Amino acid sequence: MRALGAITRLRRRLRPVATLMLTAVVLAGVPAERGDGQDLVADLSQHLVAITTGFTGTEVLLFGAVERPADGGSPGEVAVVVRGPSTPVTMRRKSRVAGIWMNTASMTFERVPSFYAVAASAPLSQIATPQVRQRNGIGVDALDISLPPAKASPNVAQEWRDALIRAKQRNGLYTASVRPVVFLGARLFRTEVYFPANVPTGSYQVETYLLRDGQVVSAQTTPLIVSKVGVEATLTRFASEHAAVYGLVAIIVALLAGWGGYALFRKA
Amino acid sequence: MQIYLPIAELSLDVFLLLGLGGVIGFLSGLFGVGGGFLMTPLLIFIGVPPPVAVATQANNVVASSISGVLAHFRRGNVDVKMGTVLLVGGLAGSTAGVSLFQLLSAIGQIDLVINLSYVFVLGTVGVLMTWEGVAAFLRTSRKLPARKLHQHNWAHGLPFKMRFHRSRLYMSALLPLGLGFGVGVLSAIMGVGGGFVLVPAMIYLLGMPTSVVIGTSLFQIIFVAANVTFLQAVQNQTVDVVLALMLLLGGVVGAQYGSRLGSRLPGETLRILLGVLVIGVALRLLYELVSVPADVYSIGVGA
Repeated sequence: MRALGAITRLRRRLRPVATLMLTAVVLAGVPAERGDGQDLVADLSQHLVAITTGFTGTEVLLFGAVERPADGGSPGEVAVVVRGPSTPVTMRRKSRVAGIWMNTASMTFERVPSFYAVAASAPLSQIATPQVRQRNGIGVDALDISLPPAKASPNVAQEWRDALIRAKQRNGLYTASVRPVVFLGARLFRTEVYFPANVPTGSYQVETYLLRDGQVVSAQTTPLIVSKVGVEATLTRFASEHAAVYGLVAIIVALLAGWGGYALFRKA
Repeated sequence: MQIYLPIAELSLDVFLLLGLGGVIGFLSGLFGVGGGFLMTPLLIFIGVPPPVAVATQANNVVASSISGVLAHFRRGNVDVKMGTVLLVGGLAGSTAGVSLFQLLSAIGQIDLVINLSYVFVLGTVGVLMTWEGVAAFLRTSRKLPARKLHQHNWAHGLPFKMRFHRSRLYMSALLPLGLGFGVGVLSAIMGVGGGFVLVPAMIYLLGMPTSVVIGTSLFQIIFVAANVTFLQAVQNQTVDVVLALMLLLGGVVGAQYGSRLGSRLPGETLRILLGVLVIGVALRLLYELVSVPADVYSIGVGA
């Protein structure tokens, strides 16, 4: 009954995704009729990253096509930005107190993407102006995670921000380098987005930008769900919704295992 | 082969976890302690978030203690009355400890307190244990007469006296109550059963006969660890049953082999070995506290 419920829930979640996929297919089929408004189409190989028992990280393929401009010039460059759900994050700074390193300062960022990855067909500084990168958050250094001015002076705020990005990169949740977007011929492009085993769950946004002369000429947003499924999902939900029962079950399992070990080896 | 741990939210190698459980189980069987003081730092070391490591290890202590206490019950080595008094203190202490844990997480000092508790408690116990072991070793080789059962001190002047038949003691209930409370707090904060603190304290502080000490301490640890598991699951949701199960499977097997070897080694040798091991862990953690961290900034746990 519970499994059935989970499937229904999943279906409901995926319905907008399916609609979007359908739209993408239709659009890809008839790009010429759409005119100037649609010179970029992109989609993912899967819209659900399922975290199962054997999950060790996964790659999701992003593929798409760009339309040549009317004047027959270069189709432009493509940048892809993947963002996890935003959460508040508290950073702490250690300092030495009586010979021991302890946390002595802390700073809370209100909205920090739990995951961030970027891929591009050329170095970011060459394909987009600093303003464009800042506005769209293309590149880790252009991410909009700043402390309110009331909390810290600009250079102190910058230190905290750099530290946050360093910490996220250590955990593998922010890309340390820009991954390549590869063009296959003049129109088709592809890139792989890697999600590590510790990827946070939630609704992700995958933004694909088509850039010409440093400006965004077209953009598309595709949703992606990262979710625990099967036993993992059941356990996590159970642990938070029925915490007391979960705790009791954990104790009973431990008691049985201990007794089992005793009984087994007493006979041997 | 990797396995995803749903509460810790990371994946680790199955054989690493089974092996870790096995080795710690072996040592705990060998020395007659829960092994939590080794397991919790190791789990943190391999990447498990400290709150999950502490809570999950408490669940593990339940399993390793029940296995041991059953064997001791059969031999009649459990002083249930003393265990119950210790337990009352232990339940109160562990309940307070879990709340303290939550508070310390919120203000960002939990890592420091976990490390400091380990350094202080392990350092003290390790030095005492090694000292005792060496002293006993010298005593047997010189054939000196052993000390008397226990010395009378200030503690015997406290009120609420109770008679503990099996331990052959007549003493104030406040002492075991307080001891139970202190070990309960440690249990919640350090993710240990507290056997390595409780056992020496019962021998030297309460003056209990050595034969009933281990069984009685295991008896009370089961309930205290179960209480910690339950409260951590309810208040902090940090008990990972998948992780616990992996460690248990290795631990149950390892403990049996450990206790077989343990019964063949002389007591003083065991005590010295365990003391050195405990001091080693304490020094390692002390180094972590005083050495310059790789990055002075870190993401806070429990924002």
